[in-house]
Amino acid sequence: MDDFKQLTVDSIRAGLRAKRFSARELAREALRVAEAENRASGVYLSFTPERALAAADRVDAELAAGAEIGPLAGVPLAVKDVIMTRGEKTTCASRALEQFVAPYDATAVERVERAGAVIVGKTNCDEFAMGSSNENSAFFPVRNPAAPDRVPGGSSGGSAAAVAGGYAPISLGSDTGGSIRQPASFCGAVGIMPTYGRVSRYGLVAFASSLDHIGPFSRTVKDSALLLGSIAGPDPLDSTAASAPVPDYAGELSAQVRGLKIGIPKEYYGEGLEHAVGTKVRAGVDLLRGLGCEPVEISLPHTRYAIASYYLICTAEASSNLARYDGVRYSRRSEGSGTLREMYRNSRAEGFGPEVTRRIILGTYVLSSGYYDAYYRKAQEVRALIARDFAEAFETVDAIITPVSPFPAFKLGEKTSDPLQMYLSDIYTITGSLAGIAGMSVPCGTTPEGLPIGMQILTNHFQEQTMLNLGHAFEQAGGFEG
Amino acid sequence: MKITPEEVQHIAALANLRLSGADIERYTQDLEEILSYVDQLNELDTSGVEPMAQVLHEGNAAQLRTDEQGRSFDQQTALRCAPLPGEGHFKVPRVIER
Repeated sequence: MDDFKQLTVDSIRAGLRAKRFSARELAREALRVAEAENRASGVYLSFTPERALAAADRVDAELAAGAEIGPLAGVPLAVKDVIMTRGEKTTCASRALEQFVAPYDATAVERVERAGAVIVGKTNCDEFAMGSSNENSAFFPVRNPAAPDRVPGGSSGGSAAAVAGGYAPISLGSDTGGSIRQPASFCGAVGIMPTYGRVSRYGLVAFASSLDHIGPFSRTVKDSALLLGSIAGPDPLDSTAASAPVPDYAGELSAQVRGLKIGIPKEYYGEGLEHAVGTKVRAGVDLLRGLGCEPVEISLPHTRYAIASYYLICTAEASSNLARYDGVRYSRRSEGSGTLREMYRNSRAEGFGPEVTRRIILGTYVLSSGYYDAYYRKAQEVRALIARDFAEAFETVDAIITPVSPFPAFKLGEKTSDPLQMYLSDIYTITGSLAGIAGMSVPCGTTPEGLPIGMQILTNHFQEQTMLNLGHAFEQAGGFEG
Repeated sequence: MKITPEEVQHIAALANLRLSGADIERYTQDLEEILSYVDQLNELDTSGVEPMAQVLHEGNAAQLRTDEQGRSFDQQTALRCAPLPGEGHFKVPRVIER
């Protein structure tokens, strides 16, 4: 078999067609490698071997019959454990849902399987997708494939490490404030937060509904284009899923980016940005200039207020969304509580870890009587100003290029004691989340110690094709190596 | 922004969370620190700015679905997820004294 850890959607397709391996052999190899190394990597919370082999056998039967195969046929795929997979555990890396078996499939899951993908397991993450380091998993941490003593980023750390560490060529994650882009940058993978509403959220366990997205991870930009194309589009089960037609992202992928105007926002290259990261991202901009893009300095003046706005809005929404974990219908119940209220309180105390509890407290506080206008409403007004910054910028530029994170992957345990410091690390990704635009992290080299660095490409609502083309051109020109 | 342990206890009760004494101390400190940080939003004059609650691409043109009965779980499927089902119901501690 080809080197499993380097496979892409294209190489799998070629291998299947040339009969170098079957989809079943590939699925077994994916499971074997991931299971053998999981104690060290921490990537998966559970495996789905029966489901994987059944999906692989369908692909093999189609191949044997000479039938048309789907765009992701036979490709092993990892799914973040906040996304519903029918008949399989979906724990959100929380004690509250440790025993929960999903009764239905997320729309994105249904669609990747229809495209032929082979779901091999559910990936580790921060509890309920709340965190930037994956250290908030209730079960065990994920290790960065590039440096095992460092975090993979979060919250989709397992899905990023699955792709970068060689356990699956593609995976699904979720991004609320940077939870796909930041771990992609820390691990050296491609990761996309699509436009809000581009991908149905049906079956994504809700954290902050106005900010939650499902999106792809991959090793190449083309593979992300294929995966995004498979999951995007309207869905009667999610009223916020946009009805805009979905382009053939992979088919229309082009490395021709000459003449594109790329905005360089000065607020993203100042204080707090580590030198090694800034150097590589600027080199990335120079490479794009060499390909015919025109960099333009711009300003997004409300950037510095984004974290405050975001952490008020996301915690308010989280406190409402997590009210459903009552120990009655599907989440963990504490034994031996005398009254109903005690049962609620004990069940939630046993179910939720410290960061989730912290966010519920903050969210409940900002929504409580007397504080709503001062905090929640104010945060939403500032959100509107941040969205306006982007709308104005996109009147003159086609894309915006920034770092993904101010620094590369940090050491396990390094930032856990200070929640505010952890929040501040999300500064470059949160703005795009608030505005609901599209964003992608592509690798752009490493630090002198070999830690991956990510470059962020932001485009306006539904302009994923431009974003993908820039990423693809960058990759083709050797930009991933820095 | 000064936060008292009593306020944290009150908020925890509203959110149906049970906190230990050490938890209350820690979250009082965290909440105070985070709320001091978000105070910077008051530097901005947002009068006349419409709050942005949602990213709605289709604005008011967004279609509401027709109010028709769709697919749903049967009782058995829904109860299978429950920690303590019984007799076709979710069981909870007694809430009414006989």
